[in-house]
Amino acid sequence: MSELKIREPILRMEGITKRFPGVLANDHVDLKLYEGEVLALLGENGAGKSTLMNVLCGLYRADDGAIAVRGDLVDIQSPRDAYELGIGMVHQNFMLVETMTVAENVVLGLQGLAFQPEMRQVKRRLQELGERYGLKVDPDAYIWQLSVGEQQRVEILKLLYRDVDILVLDEPTAVLTPQEVDDLVEVLRRVVREGKAAIFITHKLREVMMFSDRVTVLRGGENVATRSTSKTSPEELAQLMVGREVLFQLERTTCDLGAPVLEVENLEALNDKGLPALRGVSLTVRAGEIVGIAGVAGNGQRELAEVITGLRDAVDGEVHVNETCITNCSPLRAIRAGVSHVPEDRVEMGLVGDMSVAENLALKAYRSSELSRGPVLFPEGMKRFARSLIDGFDIATPGPETRVKFLSGGNLQKAILARELTACEGLLVAVHPTRGLDVGATESVRELLLEQREKGTAVLLISEDLDELLEISDRIAVMFEGEIVGVVSVEEADLDTLGLMMAGERPQQEGAAQ
Amino acid sequence: MRIVFEKRQNVSRIIRVLVPALSLIFALIFGAILLLLSGVDPFTAYAAMFKGAFGDSHAVAETLVKAIPLMLTGLGVAIAFRMLFWNIGAEGQLAMGGLAATGVALYASDLLPGWSIVPAAVLLGMLAGALWAAIPALLRAYLQVNETITTLMMNYIAILLVSHMYHGPWRDPEGYGFPGTARFPEVAWLPRLYDRAHAGLFFALIAAGVLWFVLQRTKWGFELRITGENPKAARYIGINIPKQILTAMLLSGALCGLAGVCEVTGVMRRLQQGLTVGYGYTAIIVAWMSQLNPWGVLLVAFLLAGLLVGGDQIQMAMGLPAAMGLVLQGALLFPMLGGSLFAEYRLRVVRAETQEAILPQQSLAKESE
Repeated sequence: MSELKIREPILRMEGITKRFPGVLANDHVDLKLYEGEVLALLGENGAGKSTLMNVLCGLYRADDGAIAVRGDLVDIQSPRDAYELGIGMVHQNFMLVETMTVAENVVLGLQGLAFQPEMRQVKRRLQELGERYGLKVDPDAYIWQLSVGEQQRVEILKLLYRDVDILVLDEPTAVLTPQEVDDLVEVLRRVVREGKAAIFITHKLREVMMFSDRVTVLRGGENVATRSTSKTSPEELAQLMVGREVLFQLERTTCDLGAPVLEVENLEALNDKGLPALRGVSLTVRAGEIVGIAGVAGNGQRELAEVITGLRDAVDGEVHVNETCITNCSPLRAIRAGVSHVPEDRVEMGLVGDMSVAENLALKAYRSSELSRGPVLFPEGMKRFARSLIDGFDIATPGPETRVKFLSGGNLQKAILARELTACEGLLVAVHPTRGLDVGATESVRELLLEQREKGTAVLLISEDLDELLEISDRIAVMFEGEIVGVVSVEEADLDTLGLMMAGERPQQEGAAQ
Repeated sequence: MRIVFEKRQNVSRIIRVLVPALSLIFALIFGAILLLLSGVDPFTAYAAMFKGAFGDSHAVAETLVKAIPLMLTGLGVAIAFRMLFWNIGAEGQLAMGGLAATGVALYASDLLPGWSIVPAAVLLGMLAGALWAAIPALLRAYLQVNETITTLMMNYIAILLVSHMYHGPWRDPEGYGFPGTARFPEVAWLPRLYDRAHAGLFFALIAAGVLWFVLQRTKWGFELRITGENPKAARYIGINIPKQILTAMLLSGALCGLAGVCEVTGVMRRLQQGLTVGYGYTAIIVAWMSQLNPWGVLLVAFLLAGLLVGGDQIQMAMGLPAAMGLVLQGALLFPMLGGSLFAEYRLRVVRAETQEAILPQQSLAKESE
């Protein structure tokens, strides 16, 4: 690393300050990026990582501070300015047009494009780039035909096609299988070997260790430290990130398994496009047990949760909860049968942003006699109920009357959990319950789930975070293309076999844990 | 230098008051320019307008006559808009309410005891409005048919049906061929407060109070607000959305129907041309300007009615062309509606300041490793 230090950084950001109404998202943040390196930008949610990168890429303008690219001060007013300086970003949500081909997406928005672009040349160049960097994608394929991993490759190709030499990737691994992550590491290595440089945003420590040459840690909008990856450890980084020691191992007591609470038999369902999403899924979750569902996004997990909670109809098969058949019942019937649901889309589905915290906490309990009398609501009861939940689940809010959209991500999730756990009568379906949460909030959510398990609730935990699944579930079922590839008990599970199963490979001894 | 348009994170109370106030001032200036261009002193014109609308008790009575149907249809539209059901059909629901009330007044007055005629007209009128609204509601709730089209189309049917009735079967045989039904018997008259201001005002006040209570204090209102604010969340917590759409629309249609009842039994005392003069469309403006708040609807409807009456007044008082009143109404409304945008968004001027050398070139050495 020592020879790098003498070199002029390819990118310098100094004193970057960005205010949003009521929030100081970046407070005099400095960042340096050298040729040939991968820099990890690490921090909890809300630490200001994405803001900083959006400033770099011209989506936001900094209130203060300066950016220098290859030693020259620059003024980046728009993503186009950024492209011209060789800076490009792969956003978390891909910016691709589904109904167009790879090649068309790549040239889309290019300046100085002919009225009828010479697509043959574009394709040839894409093939060249693909071979050079190990990014194999068929230029004629339509985006909707591609897997998420392939779409990400298209996004990277888009940047390389534009001769971008500072690549910014916003949480690139969130949607990938472990094997795809390995491929991505390899691509990034090849890219930076040619004198380019990459910044990737993450809050996962393992990825920092795996991907990066150096790591810059942000906390609460400020620089905390910059380290060489080889000279730091996950423990130190975690501490820097949250400012305190983190428990990585949660206490897990053994629980006696009770009667089966959720029984899913041969379930078949279609996705939103009318294609088969579930192909004969069978699964049992007993009281006092957490069953994790692992898998890369889009392999039927969402549809499974929706069928169980009554939000999607099954084509075939049966769902029983607490010995009541709720196949193709309304969500209300599912709730009455004992199903609680922590939905994947927290803000879009789990909450009503413009209503108060108290009202959001009462979204299920308002039907109870405690909060309403006949058709009339009982405001005092609602307030009392809200207070007890706010205290009991430690939700940080200025008050029960605050509109819920003003809470932070972690507190939003706590509010949903508070509501769902309080209403829970047997089964909890938790979908990505810690996604996007910071380390502190993640820990408390996992503790709540374990607590619930001890109380004898059956928990179906759908997650893409293998660490999380290994940490708190009792058994892990892996889904691939709408089927359960296999179920392993947590004692027998390890990352490699889970990774292989997530890619569709069946385990050697089928049903070992059943 | 660039100008950007950004959403306000937090709408403060001052903004909520300031924006409409400034919009009003801007609207008055805009209107003044138009008045000056047509050679009229804007101050005299505005004074005449105000006097015409609120100047004395007769003026207020006329303003109330226009305000009452706006209040009722405004409340009806607001309740539908609350759950994102775009009921453009208030006009038709009003017409059907008026038609049903007319039927009661003309044909039941001899059969039923006198005291029961007005209540029967009110109930049947509300029922007619509700049923008329139920058709697009059912289509939307169970077949996902776009309600903006159906409610609008239903208006034409209702308006033409009403027109057919007073031109044809229900035409007053002693009316010398003049289109319109016979005058209602006195038992079918909605009591008047004074001048032409009638008891429909109480219906509007009661309806606003009931609506406020229902929205804030009942399970149904709670579910309605959830469904309107976030339909996905509503489905997720087990609300039966088709049923919610249907009940909200029945209520919406009933209120619009009631407006029609009041028009025929309180104002015209017969069914004739002039029942459908666009209250149901103006109600959309009323609902939006009041931000769907029931008490706000009453206030906005009253002010808007003042604008309508005042506009008519300056036509007569100032000798302006008939169209000028309408032009002026539009000129005043436009900035008011446009201004509401600035309550949600703000303009910000971004200066492309040259970033000075904040970067001392020698700071490279202190890499923190």
